[in-house]
Amino acid sequence: MIYIPNPSVGRRRLIAGAAGLLAAAPIPVVAEAASPPASGGAGQSAVIDVDRARSEPIPIAVPDLGGPDGPSAQLGHDMASVISADLARSGLFRLINQAAFIQAGAPSAGTPNFANWKPTGAQALVTGSVQILGGGQVRVEFRLWDILPQTQIQGTAYTTTQGNWRRIAHIMADVIYERLLGEKGYFDTRIVYISATGPRDRRTKRLAIMDQDSENNRLLTDGSWLVLTPRFHPTRDEIAFMSYANNRPRVYLFNLSSGRQSLLGDFAGMTFAPRFSPDGSGVVMAVANGGGSDIVAMDLGSRSPRRLTDSGSIDVSPCFSPDGSQIAFASDRGGDQQIYVMGAGGGGAKRISFGNGRYATPVWSPRGDLIAFTRYAGDTSNFAIGVMHPDGSGERILSEGWLVEGPTFAPNGRVLMFWRETRSQDARGRGFSSRLVSVDITGFNERPVETPTDASDPAWSPLGT
Amino acid sequence: MNIKILGALSAVALLAACSTPDATPAAPAATAAGIVPGSQEDLVANVGDRVFYDFNKSGLRADAKATLDKQAAWLAKYATNNVQIAGNCDERGTEEYNLALGNRRANAAASYLKAKGVATARMTTISYGKDRPTAQGSTEQAWAQNRNAITSVR
Repeated sequence: MIYIPNPSVGRRRLIAGAAGLLAAAPIPVVAEAASPPASGGAGQSAVIDVDRARSEPIPIAVPDLGGPDGPSAQLGHDMASVISADLARSGLFRLINQAAFIQAGAPSAGTPNFANWKPTGAQALVTGSVQILGGGQVRVEFRLWDILPQTQIQGTAYTTTQGNWRRIAHIMADVIYERLLGEKGYFDTRIVYISATGPRDRRTKRLAIMDQDSENNRLLTDGSWLVLTPRFHPTRDEIAFMSYANNRPRVYLFNLSSGRQSLLGDFAGMTFAPRFSPDGSGVVMAVANGGGSDIVAMDLGSRSPRRLTDSGSIDVSPCFSPDGSQIAFASDRGGDQQIYVMGAGGGGAKRISFGNGRYATPVWSPRGDLIAFTRYAGDTSNFAIGVMHPDGSGERILSEGWLVEGPTFAPNGRVLMFWRETRSQDARGRGFSSRLVSVDITGFNERPVETPTDASDPAWSPLGT
Repeated sequence: MNIKILGALSAVALLAACSTPDATPAAPAATAAGIVPGSQEDLVANVGDRVFYDFNKSGLRADAKATLDKQAAWLAKYATNNVQIAGNCDERGTEEYNLALGNRRANAAASYLKAKGVATARMTTISYGKDRPTAQGSTEQAWAQNRNAITSVR
């Protein structure tokens, strides 16, 4: 894992280098399968279009991509590793061990010898090649095959700068995911989070960003000031977050391209808990008002604030529905903190959480059908991460723990990331930790998300930013 | 439950008054002679720089009001001192809600001081939510210490 504590060395430069070159050129189908796709059980296709929540993962073979020379072949191996890791981590694919391959090494170009792949149990096969061209360019070709019907599902070539190779591998994994599962993937994405170091009573917190597979970690702030709750802009390379700069806790925007931070709005009191609107034109956040806090929307163009709640209580953690028509938020207006939903213009707030405990941090699924939340009783009993429908029905708990908090959805709505803390075992805080975790929205496939330091406040980027 | 918490709290309040486990330099009573009147050390050692709250509450308890009464008197005596009041929470809540709760606690203390004659212009408030715990443990006693509003001279 590489730390580049220099905000100016950004991904944008890498992306800019690839601008226009990422466009995929479809490869003509090399050879139609010798036999037409068989129907019936014997010819079961790897392609499915149903929710695979609890069905068997798709067995897939991802041999190394071939290359005409040593460095190209090495890159082909590395790319296959990234693709394999992405698919395996999703829990929806079962990677066939390369040791089980009948055919050693990278398959040659053209139609694979399906007779060699069928016995491995794989239903899908990825083949391809990598060629390092002059001038730091690389050309990657890949094909996705449906083994039993012996058909090519996808054929694509990419030419890009070599430094982009990981990103191309993630894009390829997304293509595989989408073609086989019928919904968009989430591998070409990043996570912005808060990196924490030092003892609990003197924590240093920094804004950090990494790829969703924990690679390319980078610190965006130097730890001079406490920072919290970063969130991605839906289309721009920009983050909204909270900073205690100059001991004035306020919401700021962080431009990932320039590294520049700018204060959002001019409020007398604390501003916090920001989230962008789905179209990226505005931010909704909480603004301290006396002993309470209100939900305030701010248009990023005019920078004029609009107060959406004024209850005198604590209204916090606003989050738009993906169509922008509603806002979920947490409020203690009824006593204990609960989740409410109101119109995006304010007014008509309706409580939707009625389970046992307090409800916090509502986040709307990009699919629109679920709201994820943190639930807790507030004492020594466990915290929980769960989901419910926007009308409050169908509550399901996905994970529990001493402290679990702050879910964020992958852009396809299929996976949640949150953070998990372990309790201090003594008065010096030993045993305390704070780590990122991901879990499928079915509650299966929970796994740690590696970070170089303790971490919290994850926020998933949109796809392909 | 409440009674148990209150018992723990009174013990903590005593502890805090004499040992001050904050980053602020503690001033042991033995060296009280070296404390500059009107300084932060003076506030900590002879007045009490912090008040404590019940779980998920921002209401001022009798012990908190007693401390704030002394703070108001001390601020009247040292009329050029300005203060920051920082609201804090224990770890048994969510980050964003605790930011608001810490604000509410700081606000409650500041409002009380204002009612006791401290000019609003002399006070600022800030909330650290659950991010600046004084005590690092995960026990009722640690949480009771961390649910506070801390006054510091600015």
